[in-house]
Amino acid sequence: MSLMSVFDVSGSALSAQSIRLNITSSNLANAETVSSNREQTYRARHPVFSAAMQAFTDKPESVGVKVKGVVESKAELRMRYQPEHPLSNEEGYIFLPNVNAIEEMANMISASRSYEYNVEAMNTSKQLLLATLRLGQ
Amino acid sequence: MRFNLDKAMGIYETALYVRAKRGSILASNLANSDTPNFKARDIDFKSVLRNAAGVSSSSSMTATNAKHIIPGGNSAQTADLLYRHPHQPAIDGNTVDAQIEKTKFAENAMQYQTSLSFLTGKIKNLTSAIKGE
Repeated sequence: MSLMSVFDVSGSALSAQSIRLNITSSNLANAETVSSNREQTYRARHPVFSAAMQAFTDKPESVGVKVKGVVESKAELRMRYQPEHPLSNEEGYIFLPNVNAIEEMANMISASRSYEYNVEAMNTSKQLLLATLRLGQ
Repeated sequence: MRFNLDKAMGIYETALYVRAKRGSILASNLANSDTPNFKARDIDFKSVLRNAAGVSSSSSMTATNAKHIIPGGNSAQTADLLYRHPHQPAIDGNTVDAQIEKTKFAENAMQYQTSLSFLTGKIKNLTSAIKGE
């Protein structure tokens, strides 16, 4: 039953998109996390998706998604001159993460849309399978 | 008159099989709508159905030697999987257009149900013939 494999494929997409949502919320939550040096500052994270290729197996038509890894953004950290801050360094600077809130919001919307239509695909396949089970009745 | 139950269902059985395969392909496209470098795929329903129904097309390869390797599966093989022509490919190399894939998925689901209702009709005809009502 190849309609059954829709559950595997869309399920892997749901898992990948929820990881993406999770990372987006971590980024937004830590957008204002202050630190006194570059090394300890939080950097925006992004998941890297890749197709779970099964090209040479018996099911070339079902390609799921997997999260290959999570990479940290290489964008420049924000520095702010604030000598009165308890975490400021010798020169009076504090370091803020390179999280771009607008980018993260757009990412969040994109992830939730993708999640929605994968759920829709699963629902449709479920209905079709149930209709097939009722065949001839 | 000889009766063959395998043939009684007609093309609809094969059509249902190919439709289910296509549903899986379209779901894969939707699942990978955010995967970099993923290319949207689809099948040519007509030719795959013809192949699956046992009518060989001129483009299909035949094994003329015992050592020839025949690709696995009886339909929707790797060779049958085509790439969709993108209207507006993304900058990361992804060619999935979620709107197109969603429409095709809904269309495919509709046609699957159509095949199902044709099959139900066939089965109803057979049962009424058996019961002699």
